[in-house]
Amino acid sequence: MAATAPRKVKVGGVSTELVLHVGSAAFGALALVWLMYQQLLPITGTIGFWLSWYAVFLVLLAAASATTLDRIAVVDRIVGALVTTAGAILVACLAGIVVFTAVRGWTALKHVNFYHDTTAYIGPDASLDQGGIWAAMVGTLEQVAISMIASVPLGIATAVYLSEVRGRLARVVRTVVEAMSAVPTIVAGLFIYSMLILKFGQERSGFAASLALCVSMIPVVVTTAEVVLRLVPGGLREASLALGTTQWQTVRRVVLPTARSGLVTAVLLGVARVIGETSPVLLVAGSTSELNYDAFHGPQVSLPLFVFNEMRLPLDQAIARAFGAAVVLLVLVVVLFGLARVIGGKPPGHLSRRQQRRLAVTAGLAPAPNAVNVGSLEGDMS
Amino acid sequence: MTISVDPPVRTAATRRVISARPTPQDVTFVVAARSAAISTLVVMGLIGLFLLIGAWPALHQQGLSFITEWQWLPEAGTFGIASLLWGTFLIGLFALVVAVPVGFGAALFISEYAPRSIKGSLITLVDLMAAVPSIIYAMWALFFLQAHLLTVAQWISVHFGPVLPFLRVNTPDSPSSYTSSAFIAGIAVGVVVLPTVTSIMREVFAQAPIGEREGAIALGATRWGMIRTVVIPFGRSGIVGGIMLGLGRALGETIVVYAVISPMFEFTTHPLQSGTNTIASHIASRYSESGGVALSGLLGAGLVLFLFTLVINTLAGIVVSRSRSGSATEI
Repeated sequence: MAATAPRKVKVGGVSTELVLHVGSAAFGALALVWLMYQQLLPITGTIGFWLSWYAVFLVLLAAASATTLDRIAVVDRIVGALVTTAGAILVACLAGIVVFTAVRGWTALKHVNFYHDTTAYIGPDASLDQGGIWAAMVGTLEQVAISMIASVPLGIATAVYLSEVRGRLARVVRTVVEAMSAVPTIVAGLFIYSMLILKFGQERSGFAASLALCVSMIPVVVTTAEVVLRLVPGGLREASLALGTTQWQTVRRVVLPTARSGLVTAVLLGVARVIGETSPVLLVAGSTSELNYDAFHGPQVSLPLFVFNEMRLPLDQAIARAFGAAVVLLVLVVVLFGLARVIGGKPPGHLSRRQQRRLAVTAGLAPAPNAVNVGSLEGDMS
Repeated sequence: MTISVDPPVRTAATRRVISARPTPQDVTFVVAARSAAISTLVVMGLIGLFLLIGAWPALHQQGLSFITEWQWLPEAGTFGIASLLWGTFLIGLFALVVAVPVGFGAALFISEYAPRSIKGSLITLVDLMAAVPSIIYAMWALFFLQAHLLTVAQWISVHFGPVLPFLRVNTPDSPSSYTSSAFIAGIAVGVVVLPTVTSIMREVFAQAPIGEREGAIALGATRWGMIRTVVIPFGRSGIVGGIMLGLGRALGETIVVYAVISPMFEFTTHPLQSGTNTIASHIASRYSESGGVALSGLLGAGLVLFLFTLVINTLAGIVVSRSRSGSATEI
């Protein structure tokens, strides 16, 4: 008996039948809804049109699928369509926000003065070739830098406590840090306001704003850094301890260097989180449009605060400036986020080409590009 | 079964006492790490403490009516957060109505339906969406979403209002009676919390055990059948936790609500009608003009918000961590 090759079973992928069903349902729904809108029903509006289209599309898809499939498979296909729609809505929301902000911001962004000027001595209705966001950029830079100085060491030390020291407090601290990440940012601002300004009588300043930002930044740094530190293989720690090092030496020479890229990611994500925070800054940074290099004295504007102040003015120029500054903010967040992905995408202990070569040289090996020892070392670590 | 109680005789040379003798460096290190950890506890404690100290005059003066009073007239001595609580609840409800179905579907899509080639970028996209500052959502809501939702609100009100009284508004013909409503603010906040809900649910769905998945498929289940019988039961606590964490974020959202709504201090059962209020938005709009007992009242409102989100998030944290127990194994 000649063995015929069994028909190849196709797993997953998109079949012609599915494309036909979906296409015919989509087209049919479009035609039907167009007819209803134009001829029968007295309702208008694009959103209503597409909502009705979607409902009709689902019904038609079920009907078309029922020609070839049983009930269970039809349900499967309808759920698949719903779930895919939900994914598409999510992507569409993000894309819509980014594109909308970018398009509206372009009118302000194309003026060079927008980047190096301030809105201090011009009226809010001044044309867009005057004024800009320089003061806000200085403020954002200083406030984020100060809150980094305060919260990065604290956050990483807390993460080291949680993953390396693991005392009795670890459980409590972890719970509290999680709760801290959920503190509404306006409450963080209110806290600094009531402590620093009401209780200790300080003036509103960029420094107060950066303290308020710390409350948001610390939990991000702690949680991300703790995850990264936990990824450091236990074998490395044990090998180091077995060589007779102290705990501090192990943390300092083995754990932290292995997790370096992940720790950078933690810091970048923390910065990305706080750079656009508006509500805490709103309460404690004070209100000004002047350039203020001194974060410790006097009110200081920052990018989110600038956006907030300008968008409330009922003037086209001010709103255009707000959108321009929002685009700058968005670009900063995306860049920070992308950097965090690129740096954090590598597994802990991964060495770049250059680091491998440097290690080979310091270890006294021949600086050959494909040194075997270094390659195997990297293999063990990842 | 015999248990040898007496250890075999050992000479002094063989006996080893294993003990750690921390060096001064180690002691410093442990003390430093521990004090850093404690300082985060202290910060959280200070937040509660200073809010309480600041809020005490208002709480003392108003007593229980701080919770039950609808008006906010500190000059007249009658002010309370009842209207703020109600508005916060309404907006949180609308936010969940948007964010939970879409977030659930999107999480399922990313973890179960998306082709492997785009899965990673979708996860990054959700994380990025969570990182977009809320001021940008606020501008989008104010200048884009509101204009489009007005027609939707009007449509709902005109067609369903006669049947369902809570959907009616005062002047149904004028679009301006639909602006700045709890409905619009709630949907905008829903978009803000959508990535939070999605990413938590996706994480939990992705942890559904592979053996049971394959078992369901091998028994002839469709993909939805597999999801219904394996992924959702295993991810149930993650779904609940995701909803609660989303609610926690929605209650504390300030700028989006502040940008959209027009403040109002009344009990309203008409969420489509213009005017509502939330705790966070109220604080942001009144802090600069308030002093004395009014400011103290704002701090009291902040304290209530702080306690609310704390309770909700702690509960959510317990629920989510329970779902993760056992599945996170270290190799």
